[in-house]
Amino acid sequence: MQLEFEAILWEEWIVFKRKFWNITASAMISPLLYMVAFGWGLGKDMYINGHPYINFIVPGIVAMATMNTSYSAVAVLLNIHRLYDKTFEQYLIAPLPIYKYVLGKVLAGSFRGMYAGFIILTIAFLAGVKIKVTFIFVFIMFLNGLAFASLGFYAALVVDSHADMNRFSTYVLLPMTFLCGTFFSLENMPPTIQKVIYLLPLTHASRGLRSIALETPFNWVNILVLSVFFTLLFSLAIRQCYKVTA
Amino acid sequence: MIKVCSLSKSFNNKNAVCKLDFFIKKGSIYGILGPNGAGKTTTFRMLVTLLKPDSGTVIINNKEVTRDSNDIKKMIGMVSQHYSLQSEMTVWEILELHGKLHSMKRKERHDKIDELLHFANLHQESDKIAKQLSGGMKRKLMLIRAIMHNPEILFLDEPTVGLDPISRRNIWLLLEKLKNRGMTIILTTHYIEEAEKLCDNVLLLNGGKRLIEGIPQELIANTGKYTVEVFDPDNSEHYFFYSHKDAVEFSSKMNNKYIVRKSNLEDVFISINKKAGDAIGI
Repeated sequence: MQLEFEAILWEEWIVFKRKFWNITASAMISPLLYMVAFGWGLGKDMYINGHPYINFIVPGIVAMATMNTSYSAVAVLLNIHRLYDKTFEQYLIAPLPIYKYVLGKVLAGSFRGMYAGFIILTIAFLAGVKIKVTFIFVFIMFLNGLAFASLGFYAALVVDSHADMNRFSTYVLLPMTFLCGTFFSLENMPPTIQKVIYLLPLTHASRGLRSIALETPFNWVNILVLSVFFTLLFSLAIRQCYKVTA
Repeated sequence: MIKVCSLSKSFNNKNAVCKLDFFIKKGSIYGILGPNGAGKTTTFRMLVTLLKPDSGTVIINNKEVTRDSNDIKKMIGMVSQHYSLQSEMTVWEILELHGKLHSMKRKERHDKIDELLHFANLHQESDKIAKQLSGGMKRKLMLIRAIMHNPEILFLDEPTVGLDPISRRNIWLLLEKLKNRGMTIILTTHYIEEAEKLCDNVLLLNGGKRLIEGIPQELIANTGKYTVEVFDPDNSEHYFFYSHKDAVEFSSKMNNKYIVRKSNLEDVFISINKKAGDAIGI
């Protein structure tokens, strides 16, 4: 690994260490509330396809947490670096290929997403939730993080104010949180809506994680779709980064 | 060393910089001056590879900025107009990050950080988080960060904007030290005193176009060493004279309030604009 690439990850690591408790608390709060409210509250005696409801929603919440954290870790910070503290330009004038810069940021964002996912899994295991976690499970978390960190990178360069960043996540991430099978099975939805939801990346992250967690047949299409989304969004992020200097 | 030919850039069909030509000699301090909207920052951003020109060329040490931008980036350091520091990192970490981004080896990096912290008198602050520094310290940190990878050319966009007079003078002192080490420095400023004190050559811009270029003292001498500034109720008028005697004689006939003073670069700018206005009948 080259030094300038390591530098990007090192910067993220320094900020992570310095803001460890803030980052950890903010990664925990909303997923924990969803688990308490929906898993142990509303869905206490509920079963879906023969599985306790809490076992059903934990993989969905892990997918949601990796999505939100990876996106925010890149989008919010990069937007601040670009518009507020203006450090974005320091990278643009460093002798560093743009794709390496984007990759470094996206990779760091994905790691942050995985960290949030592992926090949820730890809490779930401590609370007695019994789900299976394998290498592929971790890989899907990583891939989901890469896709949404790339989206975050793109959004940070397209959106020109902090207020609009919030709007962007309200219009893009929030609908996915509730529609992509995080809290309920998609089979309950009308067929046309199911088809639309099937096109969204979080659906495939939730489904992939859930099939591993509940030991039901795993569909490799989930990984394929997430890979396609990552490739597409990563390319868009690089293209937008070049556009900034045009 | 730096050759700019017919450089142009427009935004939304409005010319920000129009067919600019200039040459900067190695080891000199070159000032780009002008009022707000003159095209200083756009020119600056094109020189440091942050903006692609619509047309024209910028050659730095035989490398062209759009074609060889990675080679150019290794040769230059930049201090931007804004406080562009990673607010959650310490002074030491910011310099360490910059060294890593420029592929400096660990020992070289650490020795350089130590040297630069002493050079800028910031060694006591090395563990301070950037957001806790004063404005003057932030500027000094940005300056030493920009020279950490030993660039040949340093670009500064309004390097002392928003600083108190003492901090400003400290920055000037550092810039003079760097010039004495042989570094070429290009700065944009709207502080006339700064340009007169530091710059070997200045380029005056207005509306994206070159007004005049030259040695500050020569430009002032050519305009007239003395200025009579006459204040009428609505406006102030400037008159330029080559001798103090002529200026005093002229002002004695004035009914309005006036001052007689030595001319500066601002007067050069006013004089040229006045001539241009007279020529087109404004």
